[in-house]
Amino acid sequence: MLINTIHGLMDDSLLQKKEGVIDNEIELTTWVEYWLNDELVHRSAHVTLRTSPFTQLEVAAIG
Amino acid sequence: MANTQSMCTSFLGELMTATHNFGVAPTRATTTADAFKGALYLTTATINAGTTAYTATGEVTGTNYTAGGVTVTNATAPASANSSVTAGTAYWTPSASIVYTNVTLSTAFDTVLIYNSTQSNKAVSVHTFSSQTITAGNFALTMPTNSSSTALLRLSTT
Repeated sequence: MLINTIHGLMDDSLLQKKEGVIDNEIELTTWVEYWLNDELVHRSAHVTLRTSPFTQLEVAAIG
Repeated sequence: MANTQSMCTSFLGELMTATHNFGVAPTRATTTADAFKGALYLTTATINAGTTAYTATGEVTGTNYTAGGVTVTNATAPASANSSVTAGTAYWTPSASIVYTNVTLSTAFDTVLIYNSTQSNKAVSVHTFSSQTITAGNFALTMPTNSSSTALLRLSTT
């Protein structure tokens, strides 16, 4: 598979792949990195939001 | 039957569509939905509830990233739902993921600002996530389920 890198398209067989996950109440995030020797040549991330700002409105009593 | 003090849930939804005007409102040239955008901000930026409009200060820069960010897909109108005689929620969620394609963003970022590019770039909401960098890759923000309990934007009474 060809990977888009800072050096252009490269075959993934030439690269070291690292993956990770962040899973908490705010988000589920997955990321993937491709390294050429000690150089990071590709990193993508996918964040799925789980929570968001919540605005509560109130109405006042009359009298 | 009895009456119950409450804010009408329909009003909550109508706030999201600018149906009511208690003050001086901007003149609208169209009755169609406004355009919204999502801009990314560095971990060192100060974007919060006090942010009133899009700013380039603290915004990410990098290959294939355009200042101001990308358009947020808005194919689903706001909805509202009653949960009791006193409570309800109006809600809205972008109808697709926000994706920044083939970018290189070398300085860590952790925030997206949703803002109204039709109405003078006025701020809508701030969403934070884990610190990220992108190298010749894609950054995708997938939205939560568009429901009264999980939508990206929710106005609620209890």
